[in-house]
Amino acid sequence: MSKVYIALQDNEESHYIVEAIEEDNPDVTVIYQPAMIRIECEGHLVIKRETVEEKMGRDWEIPALHVNLITLGGNVDEDDDQISLTWNN
Amino acid sequence: MSVAAITENYTGERLDRLENFHGNQVIYIGWDQHLMFCAPVALALPPDTLFSTLLEDVLPGAFSQHPDFAAVDWDAVEWHLNGDEFKPQPGKSLIEQGVDHKSSIRFSTPGLDGIKGSGS
Amino acid sequence: MTSKKLNMKEKYSLLTRDLEWEYSYRDYEEIFKQESFEGIKITDWSKWEDPFRLTMDSYWKYQAEKEKKLYAIFDAFAQNNGQQNVTDARYVNAIKLFLTGVSPLEYQAYNGFAHTGRQFGGVGARVACQMQALDELRHVQTQIHAMSHYNKHFDGFQDFPHMHDRVWYLSVPKSFFDDARSAGPFEFMVAIGFSFEYVLTNLLFVPFMSGAAYNGDMATVTFGFSAQSDEARHMTLGLEIIKFLLEQHPDNVPIVQRWINKWLWRGYRVLTLVAMMMDYMLPNKVMSWQESFEVYFEEAATSLFKDLARYGIEMPDYAADAIAEKEHLSHQAWSIFYNYGHAAAFHTWMPTDQEMDWLSEKYPNTFDKYYRPRYEKWREMEEAGERFYNPTLPMLCQTCQIPMGFTDMENPTMTSYRQSVYDGERYNFCSNGCKDIFDYEPEKYVQAWLPVHQIYQGNCGGAEMEDVLGEYYRINLGTDNLDFHGSPDEARWNAWHNLQPAEDKLKKAS
Repeated sequence: MSKVYIALQDNEESHYIVEAIEEDNPDVTVIYQPAMIRIECEGHLVIKRETVEEKMGRDWEIPALHVNLITLGGNVDEDDDQISLTWNN
Repeated sequence: MSVAAITENYTGERLDRLENFHGNQVIYIGWDQHLMFCAPVALALPPDTLFSTLLEDVLPGAFSQHPDFAAVDWDAVEWHLNGDEFKPQPGKSLIEQGVDHKSSIRFSTPGLDGIKGSGS
Repeated sequence: MTSKKLNMKEKYSLLTRDLEWEYSYRDYEEIFKQESFEGIKITDWSKWEDPFRLTMDSYWKYQAEKEKKLYAIFDAFAQNNGQQNVTDARYVNAIKLFLTGVSPLEYQAYNGFAHTGRQFGGVGARVACQMQALDELRHVQTQIHAMSHYNKHFDGFQDFPHMHDRVWYLSVPKSFFDDARSAGPFEFMVAIGFSFEYVLTNLLFVPFMSGAAYNGDMATVTFGFSAQSDEARHMTLGLEIIKFLLEQHPDNVPIVQRWINKWLWRGYRVLTLVAMMMDYMLPNKVMSWQESFEVYFEEAATSLFKDLARYGIEMPDYAADAIAEKEHLSHQAWSIFYNYGHAAAFHTWMPTDQEMDWLSEKYPNTFDKYYRPRYEKWREMEEAGERFYNPTLPMLCQTCQIPMGFTDMENPTMTSYRQSVYDGERYNFCSNGCKDIFDYEPEKYVQAWLPVHQIYQGNCGGAEMEDVLGEYYRINLGTDNLDFHGSPDEARWNAWHNLQPAEDKLKKAS
């Protein structure tokens, strides 16, 4: 199975997003590099709006991810409640 | 198809045709196993330049900074022209022995393999 | 009455639907003249979908937020004299190369997407190209803003657009984009949207930028990551384009495969510059070129091509050639620039002992065997007051325009030579990839503006090299070029930090 990945800027807001990702995707690997956080997972990774909102304690919408996003790899599927990355192989 | 183009029979301008070099032609020379010179060099020379002139007047300017250069036995040098083995005749001009525009010459110097034998 | 809030998908389809109209008095072919000549067959544009479904309102909202964050950091960097807090003044030379070599490509990308968007009959594709064009314009502007601060304190930044159009090594990135922009609209999308954005920009904007952060360059890491956040959208779009083309018609598959092969190789060759920036120009090391290449090229491309296998798309053959070069590329690139450091608008240098040891550790199969002896010789020459500069212009590859400094991976001390004869004229190449690209479309590449040949034709100023470098390229000779040691940049840096050059210390000690 190929790894999907997402990299976020290493900042306050991203820490909540990473927490949410870890909760919703127990198998992720989180790698801290200078100024960035790279998160990898076999096959599939999802970021759920509700979980991020719960971690942040405020409203948050999926497109706000772009503000802290550096890069990603995998097929993207986005709607109002979640954004996911998938490799079907 | 020689190019995907909107117009039929599209042709491109040949930017490096011989006439553009004011009587010179371009040739390239690389010294095998001496990558201290990072790439073969490009020279603009008249096609009737004698090969001996190339050896005596041009190559030292390009390669003499290398400590191996002074030790080259020119009679033992092996030459290639555009990928094929080549026996240059010093008394003949470049063009007379097939060294034409944008030809690529390689030479190797048996026994001399660069800095500490590293190919540099 | 309460109005129902639209969801993302509905908003996106309304946005795109409202931009489309019926062509009632002109033929479709007349309006979209460039849609068919490349052989690509589109049967249904409505199948095109932007996976992010970004609408203009949220585009402006989040782009504005990114800009606010970015400029706050630029301001902080300038106000706090950030230029003095980078690890070492040598580092700034990577930024010079970035501004002259990469930022103008962002502008070329803007031009390219603005033009290409106009050529597509599908409104989804047009909107996507428009947004990407705006992104690219933002990138070039933010990069110039960020680096304008360095221009106040270091040499070599002053004439970047002029240099981009003229200087020999900058013809490598410039001609890459010229090649893409002069192709048809679908090839441009595969070239830039897919091969460059999806497969290659990560190598430039992720590990290198992380390295910039690690070297104290807050401004660069921030514009880099901010740009790459847009690239994440572009990458996703690039992948959608490929899937869309492959699903539209089976005849598209071989055409797309050939473009992927070509552009992966073209882009990889441009990244030669990034390889040496990673291994030689970051004083504090994060990861080597080889390590970055393994993560962001080998691993990422393998997943991607496995995903595309169901359409009959295969990993390009040249990927194996690129992988074979990973332990050599940065060293060969640095050797080229060290050879021609007198003709470059940035400084070069020999690595310190500590840096050489790092290179040995990261490249155990190649560095000590092939490159260390060369570097030690160069250092010896420098110490003897005879810093090595190659006195003769190099042979260039007709396609990638890089000096022929790449070697045969079966025999890494032998220069790799390839040649074709077309219409009675010889053309020379560095690799199978570059030769095949020429052989397929020779009428395009016979037009290559090769800097070395242009100099010999007398088209670059006067007959002397000083005229070419000083007047035609506008390099300030003795200031912008030559070795870092002895440069005004070094002298200023030492003055800021009360450092003394090694020679002065020796003199004082004796």
